[in-house]
Amino acid sequence: MTVRLSVPQSAKRGDVIEIKTLISHQMESGFRRDAFGEVIPRDILKEFRCVYDGQTVFRAELFPAISANPFITFHTVATVSGELEFVWTDQNGVVTRETASIEVT
Amino acid sequence: MTLRAVIASLIGAGVLVFTITGVVAQSPTERAIDDADLKSGYDFQSEDTRALQDDDFANPGFLWVDKGAALFSEKAGKNDRACTTCHTDTVRSIKGAAARYPSVDEKTGQLINIEQRINLCRERHQQAEPLSYESEDLLAMTAYVAHQSRGQPFNAKTDGTAQSHFEAGRDYYYARKGQMNLACHHCHEWNWGQMLRGDRLSQGHGNGYPAYRFEWQTIGSLHRRLRNCDKGVRAEPLPFGAQEYVDLELYLAWRASRLTLETPSVRR
Ligand code: HEC
Ligand code: HEC
Repeated sequence: MTVRLSVPQSAKRGDVIEIKTLISHQMESGFRRDAFGEVIPRDILKEFRCVYDGQTVFRAELFPAISANPFITFHTVATVSGELEFVWTDQNGVVTRETASIEVT
Repeated sequence: MTLRAVIASLIGAGVLVFTITGVVAQSPTERAIDDADLKSGYDFQSEDTRALQDDDFANPGFLWVDKGAALFSEKAGKNDRACTTCHTDTVRSIKGAAARYPSVDEKTGQLINIEQRINLCRERHQQAEPLSYESEDLLAMTAYVAHQSRGQPFNAKTDGTAQSHFEAGRDYYYARKGQMNLACHHCHEWNWGQMLRGDRLSQGHGNGYPAYRFEWQTIGSLHRRLRNCDKGVRAEPLPFGAQEYVDLELYLAWRASRLTLETPSVRR
Protein backbone atom coordinates (compact mmCIF):
# COMPACT_ATOMS: atom_id res chain seq x y z
CA MET A 1 0.00 0.00 0.00
CA THR A 2 1.43 3.38 -0.98
CA VAL A 3 0.39 6.35 1.13
CA ARG A 4 0.83 10.08 0.48
CA LEU A 5 0.39 12.57 3.32
CA SER A 6 0.33 16.34 3.32
CA VAL A 7 0.63 17.78 6.84
CA PRO A 8 2.16 21.20 7.60
CA GLN A 9 5.56 20.83 9.29
CA SER A 10 4.77 23.61 11.70
CA ALA A 11 1.83 25.73 12.85
CA LYS A 12 0.83 28.20 15.56
CA ARG A 13 -1.27 26.89 18.44
CA GLY A 14 -4.92 27.32 17.52
CA ASP A 15 -4.30 27.43 13.76
CA VAL A 16 -6.71 25.51 11.56
CA ILE A 17 -4.54 23.19 9.49
CA GLU A 18 -5.39 21.33 6.29
CA ILE A 19 -4.48 17.67 6.05
CA LYS A 20 -4.55 15.66 2.85
CA THR A 21 -4.21 11.89 2.47
CA LEU A 22 -4.08 9.55 -0.50
CA ILE A 23 -3.76 5.76 -0.37
CA SER A 24 -3.45 3.15 -3.11
CA HIS A 25 -6.33 0.69 -2.88
CA GLN A 26 -8.43 -0.89 -5.60
CA MET A 27 -11.75 -0.46 -3.71
CA GLU A 28 -13.24 -3.39 -5.62
CA SER A 29 -16.97 -2.85 -5.17
CA GLY A 30 -18.15 -6.47 -5.24
CA PHE A 31 -20.71 -5.60 -7.92
CA ARG A 32 -18.54 -6.18 -10.97
CA ARG A 33 -18.18 -9.42 -12.88
CA ASP A 34 -15.10 -10.80 -14.64
CA ALA A 35 -14.86 -12.05 -18.23
CA PHE A 36 -16.37 -15.41 -17.17
CA GLY A 37 -19.38 -13.80 -15.52
CA GLU A 38 -18.16 -14.54 -11.99
CA VAL A 39 -18.62 -11.85 -9.36
CA ILE A 40 -15.30 -10.21 -8.43
CA PRO A 41 -15.23 -10.37 -4.63
CA ARG A 42 -15.56 -7.12 -2.72
CA ASP A 43 -12.28 -5.76 -1.39
CA ILE A 44 -12.56 -2.33 0.17
CA LEU A 45 -11.23 -0.14 2.94
CA LYS A 46 -13.91 0.25 5.61
CA GLU A 47 -12.55 2.94 7.86
CA PHE A 48 -10.12 5.81 8.02
CA ARG A 49 -9.13 7.68 11.16
CA CYS A 50 -6.66 10.30 12.25
CA VAL A 51 -5.40 10.30 15.82
CA TYR A 52 -3.69 13.40 17.21
CA ASP A 53 -2.60 13.88 20.81
CA GLY A 54 -4.43 10.71 21.86
CA GLN A 55 -7.72 11.77 20.33
CA THR A 56 -9.48 10.76 17.13
CA VAL A 57 -9.81 14.12 15.41
CA PHE A 58 -11.28 12.75 12.18
CA ARG A 59 -12.98 9.51 11.23
CA ALA A 60 -14.65 8.34 8.04
CA GLU A 61 -16.50 5.18 7.04
CA LEU A 62 -15.88 4.01 3.50
CA PHE A 63 -18.34 2.18 1.24
CA PRO A 64 -18.25 0.26 -2.08
CA ALA A 65 -19.22 3.34 -4.10
CA ILE A 66 -15.99 5.14 -3.19
CA SER A 67 -13.46 5.26 -6.04
CA ALA A 68 -10.16 3.43 -6.06
CA ASN A 69 -7.25 5.14 -4.28
CA PRO A 70 -9.32 7.20 -1.82
CA PHE A 71 -8.28 10.82 -1.40
CA ILE A 72 -9.42 12.24 1.94
CA THR A 73 -8.82 15.79 3.03
CA PHE A 74 -9.96 17.49 6.25
CA HIS A 75 -9.11 20.23 8.72
CA THR A 76 -8.18 20.14 12.38
CA VAL A 77 -6.82 22.57 14.99
CA ALA A 78 -3.10 22.55 15.85
CA THR A 79 -2.86 21.94 19.62
CA VAL A 80 0.49 20.36 20.55
CA SER A 81 3.74 19.35 18.90
CA GLY A 82 3.86 15.64 18.17
CA GLU A 83 2.67 12.94 15.85
CA LEU A 84 -0.47 12.55 13.84
CA GLU A 85 -1.33 8.95 13.17
CA PHE A 86 -3.32 7.91 10.11
CA VAL A 87 -5.01 4.51 10.12
CA TRP A 88 -6.84 2.78 7.27
CA THR A 89 -8.64 -0.49 8.07
CA ASP A 90 -9.90 -2.81 5.34
CA GLN A 91 -12.93 -5.12 5.43
CA ASN A 92 -10.83 -7.95 6.87
CA GLY A 93 -9.38 -5.82 9.63
CA VAL A 94 -5.99 -5.39 7.94
CA VAL A 95 -4.51 -2.09 9.04
CA THR A 96 -2.24 0.38 7.20
CA ARG A 97 -0.62 2.97 9.44
CA GLU A 98 1.42 6.09 8.70
CA THR A 99 2.54 8.97 10.86
CA ALA A 100 3.58 12.57 10.31
CA SER A 101 4.93 15.02 12.86
CA ILE A 102 4.04 18.64 13.42
CA GLU A 103 5.78 21.37 15.39
CA VAL A 104 3.33 23.66 17.22
CA THR A 105 4.60 26.96 18.65
CA MET B 1 -21.73 16.73 -39.22
CA THR B 2 -21.69 14.37 -36.24
CA LEU B 3 -18.82 11.96 -35.88
CA ARG B 4 -21.14 9.05 -36.51
CA ALA B 5 -22.16 10.61 -39.82
CA VAL B 6 -18.52 11.25 -40.66
CA ILE B 7 -17.64 7.65 -39.96
CA ALA B 8 -20.65 6.42 -41.94
CA SER B 9 -19.60 8.51 -44.90
CA LEU B 10 -16.01 7.35 -44.52
CA ILE B 11 -17.13 3.77 -44.71
CA GLY B 12 -19.34 4.62 -47.69
CA ALA B 13 -16.52 6.42 -49.47
CA GLY B 14 -13.89 3.76 -48.86
CA VAL B 15 -12.19 4.20 -52.22
CA LEU B 16 -11.82 7.94 -51.90
CA VAL B 17 -10.46 7.67 -48.37
CA PHE B 18 -8.00 5.03 -49.44
CA THR B 19 -6.55 7.45 -51.98
CA ILE B 20 -6.24 10.21 -49.43
CA THR B 21 -4.49 8.03 -46.85
CA GLY B 22 -2.11 6.87 -49.54
CA VAL B 23 -1.01 10.44 -50.07
CA VAL B 24 -0.62 11.22 -46.37
CA ALA B 25 1.42 8.10 -45.73
CA GLN B 26 4.10 9.09 -48.20
CA SER B 27 5.43 12.04 -46.29
CA PRO B 28 7.51 11.25 -43.20
CA THR B 29 8.83 14.79 -42.83
CA GLU B 30 5.54 16.65 -42.73
CA ARG B 31 3.18 16.38 -39.82
CA ALA B 32 -0.54 16.25 -40.51
CA ILE B 33 -1.31 18.64 -37.63
CA ASP B 34 0.30 22.08 -37.77
CA ASP B 35 2.50 22.98 -34.83
CA ALA B 36 0.15 25.88 -34.07
CA ASP B 37 -2.78 23.46 -33.68
CA LEU B 38 -0.95 20.84 -31.62
CA LYS B 39 -2.73 19.99 -28.39
CA SER B 40 -2.03 17.53 -25.65
CA GLY B 41 -4.79 15.16 -24.49
CA TYR B 42 -4.83 17.34 -21.39
CA ASP B 43 -6.55 20.13 -23.35
CA PHE B 44 -9.49 17.85 -24.13
CA GLN B 45 -10.18 16.87 -20.50
CA SER B 46 -12.78 18.49 -18.27
CA GLU B 47 -11.79 21.29 -15.93
CA ASP B 48 -11.94 18.95 -12.91
CA THR B 49 -9.73 16.35 -14.55
CA ARG B 50 -7.18 18.98 -15.53
CA ALA B 51 -7.20 20.35 -11.98
CA LEU B 52 -6.46 16.87 -10.64
CA GLN B 53 -3.55 16.43 -13.03
CA ASP B 54 -2.19 19.86 -12.05
CA ASP B 55 -2.17 19.00 -8.34
CA ASP B 56 1.03 17.06 -7.66
CA PHE B 57 -0.33 15.88 -4.35
CA ALA B 58 -3.84 14.75 -5.25
CA ASN B 59 -3.00 13.36 -8.72
CA PRO B 60 -3.35 9.61 -8.01
CA GLY B 61 -0.69 8.81 -10.61
CA PHE B 62 1.87 9.95 -8.06
CA LEU B 63 1.13 6.86 -5.96
CA TRP B 64 2.96 4.93 -8.70
CA VAL B 65 5.66 7.56 -9.14
CA ASP B 66 6.37 7.31 -5.39
CA LYS B 67 6.35 3.53 -5.48
CA GLY B 68 8.65 3.60 -8.50
CA ALA B 69 11.07 5.89 -6.67
CA ALA B 70 11.21 3.40 -3.79
CA LEU B 71 11.76 0.44 -6.15
CA PHE B 72 14.47 2.38 -7.98
CA SER B 73 16.68 2.35 -4.90
CA GLU B 74 15.81 -1.20 -3.81
CA LYS B 75 18.33 -3.95 -4.50
CA ALA B 76 17.14 -6.72 -6.81
CA GLY B 77 18.48 -9.76 -8.64
CA LYS B 78 21.52 -11.99 -8.31
CA ASN B 79 23.95 -9.07 -8.53
CA ASP B 80 22.36 -7.45 -5.50
CA ARG B 81 22.30 -4.05 -7.18
CA ALA B 82 19.72 -1.29 -7.16
CA CYS B 83 19.01 0.99 -10.11
CA THR B 84 20.65 3.71 -8.03
CA THR B 85 23.89 1.70 -7.97
CA CYS B 86 24.42 2.80 -11.57
CA HIS B 87 21.98 5.69 -12.08
CA THR B 88 22.34 8.79 -9.91
CA ASP B 89 21.74 12.47 -10.58
CA THR B 90 25.27 12.86 -11.87
CA VAL B 91 26.18 9.41 -13.18
CA ARG B 92 24.10 8.00 -16.03
CA SER B 93 21.20 10.16 -14.93
CA ILE B 94 17.81 9.03 -16.18
CA LYS B 95 16.58 12.63 -16.33
CA GLY B 96 15.31 13.23 -19.84
CA ALA B 97 15.87 9.59 -20.85
CA ALA B 98 12.19 8.74 -21.45
CA ALA B 99 11.91 11.65 -23.92
CA ARG B 100 14.45 9.85 -26.15
CA TYR B 101 12.39 6.64 -26.31
CA PRO B 102 11.58 4.41 -28.11
CA SER B 103 15.21 3.99 -29.02
CA VAL B 104 17.41 1.36 -30.65
CA ASP B 105 19.38 -0.70 -28.15
CA GLU B 106 22.94 -0.79 -29.42
CA LYS B 107 23.68 -4.33 -28.27
CA THR B 108 20.67 -6.04 -29.83
CA GLY B 109 19.78 -3.58 -32.58
CA GLN B 110 16.13 -3.71 -31.48
CA LEU B 111 13.83 -0.73 -31.07
CA ILE B 112 12.69 -0.75 -27.45
CA ASN B 113 10.41 1.43 -25.36
CA ILE B 114 11.05 2.63 -21.82
CA GLU B 115 9.33 -0.39 -20.20
CA GLN B 116 11.58 -2.69 -22.20
CA ARG B 117 14.68 -0.64 -21.30
CA ILE B 118 13.84 -1.01 -17.61
CA ASN B 119 13.45 -4.76 -18.04
CA LEU B 120 16.67 -4.96 -20.06
CA CYS B 121 18.53 -3.26 -17.21
CA ARG B 122 16.99 -5.75 -14.81
CA GLU B 123 18.13 -8.71 -16.89
CA ARG B 124 21.46 -7.36 -18.10
CA HIS B 125 22.69 -5.39 -15.12
CA GLN B 126 20.85 -6.81 -12.10
CA GLN B 127 20.40 -10.41 -13.23
CA ALA B 128 16.80 -10.11 -12.16
CA GLU B 129 13.66 -11.47 -13.80
CA PRO B 130 11.95 -9.05 -16.17
CA LEU B 131 8.74 -7.59 -14.75
CA SER B 132 5.59 -8.50 -16.62
CA TYR B 133 3.97 -5.83 -18.71
CA GLU B 134 1.20 -3.95 -16.87
CA SER B 135 2.32 -5.36 -13.49
CA GLU B 136 2.14 -2.86 -10.64
CA ASP B 137 5.92 -2.78 -10.31
CA LEU B 138 6.65 -2.15 -13.98
CA LEU B 139 3.95 0.55 -14.11
CA ALA B 140 5.47 2.17 -11.03
CA MET B 141 9.05 2.10 -12.40
CA THR B 142 7.89 3.38 -15.78
CA ALA B 143 5.85 6.18 -14.20
CA TYR B 144 8.86 7.16 -12.10
CA VAL B 145 11.32 7.08 -14.99
CA ALA B 146 8.97 8.92 -17.40
CA HIS B 147 8.20 11.51 -14.72
CA GLN B 148 11.93 12.38 -14.73
CA SER B 149 11.32 13.76 -18.24
CA ARG B 150 8.23 15.77 -17.41
CA GLY B 151 8.28 19.11 -19.23
CA GLN B 152 10.63 17.92 -21.96
CA PRO B 153 9.60 17.41 -25.59
CA PHE B 154 10.13 14.04 -27.26
CA ASN B 155 13.31 13.86 -29.29
CA ALA B 156 13.50 10.20 -30.23
CA LYS B 157 15.73 9.40 -33.19
CA THR B 158 13.74 8.51 -36.30
CA ASP B 159 16.58 8.13 -38.79
CA GLY B 160 19.48 5.69 -39.16
CA THR B 161 18.78 2.35 -37.51
CA ALA B 162 15.40 3.66 -36.29
CA GLN B 163 14.10 4.61 -39.72
CA SER B 164 12.53 1.30 -40.72
CA HIS B 165 10.74 1.20 -37.35
CA PHE B 166 9.52 4.74 -37.84
CA GLU B 167 8.12 3.81 -41.24
CA ALA B 168 6.46 0.65 -39.89
CA GLY B 169 4.89 2.77 -37.13
CA ARG B 170 3.60 5.29 -39.62
CA ASP B 171 2.14 2.52 -41.77
CA TYR B 172 0.35 1.09 -38.74
CA TYR B 173 -0.99 4.55 -37.95
CA TYR B 174 -2.56 4.96 -41.37
CA ALA B 175 -3.77 1.38 -41.88
CA ARG B 176 -7.50 0.72 -41.68
CA LYS B 177 -8.44 -2.13 -39.46
CA GLY B 178 -11.15 -3.90 -37.53
CA GLN B 179 -14.82 -4.41 -38.28
CA MET B 180 -15.18 -0.63 -38.44
CA ASN B 181 -12.38 -0.39 -40.98
CA LEU B 182 -10.93 2.75 -39.38
CA ALA B 183 -7.35 3.95 -39.00
CA CYS B 184 -5.89 6.08 -36.21
CA HIS B 185 -5.98 9.28 -38.23
CA HIS B 186 -9.71 9.03 -38.93
CA CYS B 187 -10.31 9.80 -35.29
CA HIS B 188 -7.20 11.63 -34.13
CA GLU B 189 -6.37 13.78 -37.18
CA TRP B 190 -9.68 14.28 -38.92
CA ASN B 191 -12.02 14.46 -35.96
CA TRP B 192 -10.17 15.74 -32.93
CA GLY B 193 -12.31 18.08 -30.89
CA GLN B 194 -15.52 16.19 -31.75
CA MET B 195 -17.44 14.06 -29.28
CA LEU B 196 -17.28 10.28 -29.59
CA ARG B 197 -19.82 8.91 -27.09
CA GLY B 198 -18.59 10.24 -23.74
CA ASP B 199 -15.14 11.31 -24.93
CA ARG B 200 -13.94 14.42 -26.63
CA LEU B 201 -11.52 13.08 -29.23
CA SER B 202 -7.98 14.28 -28.71
CA GLN B 203 -5.15 14.24 -31.22
CA GLY B 204 -4.06 10.89 -29.76
CA HIS B 205 -0.64 11.79 -28.39
CA GLY B 206 1.26 9.51 -26.01
CA ASN B 207 2.94 12.24 -23.97
CA GLY B 208 1.01 11.58 -20.74
CA TYR B 209 1.71 7.88 -20.26
CA PRO B 210 1.62 5.92 -18.04
CA ALA B 211 -1.62 7.77 -17.29
CA TYR B 212 -4.15 7.48 -14.49
CA ARG B 213 -7.47 6.80 -16.15
CA PHE B 214 -10.77 7.00 -14.29
CA GLU B 215 -12.30 4.29 -16.43
CA TRP B 216 -9.47 1.98 -15.39
CA GLN B 217 -9.47 3.20 -11.79
CA THR B 218 -5.72 2.82 -11.97
CA ILE B 219 -2.67 3.82 -13.95
CA GLY B 220 -2.05 2.17 -17.32
CA SER B 221 0.63 2.02 -19.99
CA LEU B 222 0.47 3.51 -23.46
CA HIS B 223 0.08 -0.01 -24.83
CA ARG B 224 -3.05 -0.47 -22.74
CA ARG B 225 -4.44 2.70 -24.32
CA LEU B 226 -3.46 1.50 -27.83
CA ARG B 227 -5.14 -1.84 -27.17
CA ASN B 228 -8.27 0.08 -26.19
CA CYS B 229 -8.19 2.06 -29.45
CA ASP B 230 -7.74 -1.13 -31.48
CA LYS B 231 -10.61 -2.78 -29.60
CA GLY B 232 -12.66 0.38 -30.18
CA VAL B 233 -12.64 -0.24 -33.92
CA ARG B 234 -13.27 -3.95 -33.23
CA ALA B 235 -9.81 -5.00 -34.34
CA GLU B 236 -7.85 -7.72 -32.56
CA PRO B 237 -5.59 -5.85 -30.09
CA LEU B 238 -1.90 -6.77 -30.18
CA PRO B 239 -0.18 -8.22 -27.09
CA PHE B 240 1.45 -5.84 -24.62
CA GLY B 241 4.97 -5.02 -25.74
CA ALA B 242 4.33 -6.06 -29.37
CA GLN B 243 6.99 -4.75 -31.76
CA GLU B 244 4.25 -3.14 -33.90
CA TYR B 245 3.17 -1.05 -30.90
CA VAL B 246 6.76 -0.04 -30.10
CA ASP B 247 7.21 1.05 -33.72
CA LEU B 248 3.91 2.92 -33.48
CA GLU B 249 5.13 4.59 -30.28
CA LEU B 250 8.07 5.98 -32.23
CA TYR B 251 5.73 7.42 -34.83
CA LEU B 252 3.56 8.90 -32.06
CA ALA B 253 6.61 10.45 -30.39
CA TRP B 254 7.53 12.10 -33.69
CA ARG B 255 4.05 13.37 -34.46
CA ALA B 256 3.76 14.84 -30.94
CA SER B 257 6.49 17.26 -32.08
CA ARG B 258 7.06 19.99 -29.46
CA LEU B 259 4.47 18.67 -26.94
CA THR B 260 6.13 17.93 -23.63
CA LEU B 261 5.88 14.83 -21.45
CA GLU B 262 3.26 15.05 -18.68
CA THR B 263 3.62 11.76 -16.84
CA PRO B 264 1.64 11.03 -14.76
CA SER B 265 -1.32 12.52 -16.60
CA VAL B 266 -4.97 12.07 -15.62
CA ARG B 267 -7.53 11.00 -18.20
CA ARG B 268 -11.25 10.25 -18.20
C1 HEC C 1 -12.90 5.32 -33.37
C2 HEC C 1 -12.01 6.39 -33.00
C3 HEC C 1 -10.58 6.04 -32.61
C4 HEC C 1 -9.65 5.43 -33.40
C5 HEC C 1 -9.79 4.88 -34.80
C6 HEC C 1 -8.43 5.43 -32.60
N1 HEC C 1 -8.64 6.01 -31.40
FE1 HEC C 1 -7.22 6.58 -30.08
N2 HEC C 1 -8.63 7.29 -28.86
C7 HEC C 1 -9.97 7.32 -29.12
C8 HEC C 1 -10.68 7.86 -27.97
C9 HEC C 1 -12.18 8.03 -27.85
C10 HEC C 1 -9.69 8.16 -27.01
C11 HEC C 1 -9.90 8.77 -25.61
C12 HEC C 1 -10.13 10.26 -25.74
C13 HEC C 1 -8.99 10.92 -26.44
O1 HEC C 1 -7.95 11.20 -25.80
O2 HEC C 1 -9.07 11.08 -27.68
C14 HEC C 1 -8.42 7.83 -27.61
C15 HEC C 1 -7.20 8.04 -27.00
C16 HEC C 1 -5.98 7.80 -27.58
C17 HEC C 1 -4.70 8.12 -26.99
C18 HEC C 1 -4.47 8.74 -25.63
C19 HEC C 1 -4.51 10.25 -25.68
C20 HEC C 1 -4.34 10.86 -24.34
O3 HEC C 1 -3.88 12.01 -24.29
O4 HEC C 1 -4.62 10.23 -23.31
C21 HEC C 1 -3.74 7.71 -27.86
C22 HEC C 1 -2.25 7.81 -27.67
C23 HEC C 1 -4.42 7.14 -29.00
N3 HEC C 1 -5.78 7.23 -28.81
C24 HEC C 1 -3.79 6.60 -30.10
C25 HEC C 1 -4.45 5.95 -31.12
C26 HEC C 1 -3.77 5.22 -32.16
C27 HEC C 1 -2.27 5.09 -32.30
C28 HEC C 1 -4.74 4.70 -32.96
C29 HEC C 1 -4.59 3.76 -34.15
C30 HEC C 1 -3.98 2.47 -33.81
C31 HEC C 1 -6.02 5.15 -32.43
N4 HEC C 1 -5.81 5.87 -31.31
C32 HEC C 1 -7.25 4.90 -33.04
C33 HEC C 1 -10.59 6.96 -30.29
C34 HEC C 1 -9.95 6.38 -31.36
C1 HEC D 1 25.00 -2.26 -13.25
C2 HEC D 1 24.56 -0.97 -13.67
C3 HEC D 1 23.07 -0.73 -13.97
C4 HEC D 1 21.98 -1.04 -13.19
C5 HEC D 1 21.95 -1.76 -11.86
C6 HEC D 1 20.84 -0.48 -13.87
N1 HEC D 1 21.22 0.11 -15.04
FE1 HEC D 1 20.05 1.17 -16.30
N2 HEC D 1 21.59 1.39 -17.57
C7 HEC D 1 22.87 0.91 -17.38
C8 HEC D 1 23.63 1.04 -18.61
C9 HEC D 1 25.07 0.61 -18.80
C10 HEC D 1 22.77 1.64 -19.56
C11 HEC D 1 23.03 1.91 -21.05
C12 HEC D 1 22.43 0.82 -21.87
C13 HEC D 1 23.15 -0.50 -21.69
O1 HEC D 1 24.36 -0.56 -22.01
O2 HEC D 1 22.52 -1.45 -21.19
C14 HEC D 1 21.50 1.86 -18.86
C15 HEC D 1 20.40 2.48 -19.42
C16 HEC D 1 19.24 2.79 -18.73
C17 HEC D 1 18.19 3.66 -19.21
C18 HEC D 1 18.20 4.40 -20.52
C19 HEC D 1 19.03 5.64 -20.39
C20 HEC D 1 19.11 6.38 -21.69
O3 HEC D 1 19.52 7.54 -21.64
O4 HEC D 1 18.80 5.82 -22.75
C21 HEC D 1 17.20 3.67 -18.26
C22 HEC D 1 15.89 4.44 -18.31
C23 HEC D 1 17.64 2.80 -17.20
N3 HEC D 1 18.88 2.30 -17.50
C24 HEC D 1 16.89 2.51 -16.08
C25 HEC D 1 17.28 1.58 -15.12
C26 HEC D 1 16.41 1.09 -14.08
C27 HEC D 1 14.95 1.48 -13.87
C28 HEC D 1 17.15 0.21 -13.33
C29 HEC D 1 16.70 -0.62 -12.14
C30 HEC D 1 15.61 -1.54 -12.42
C31 HEC D 1 18.50 0.18 -13.91
N4 HEC D 1 18.52 0.99 -15.00
C32 HEC D 1 19.54 -0.57 -13.41
C33 HEC D 1 23.35 0.40 -16.20
C34 HEC D 1 22.58 -0.03 -15.14
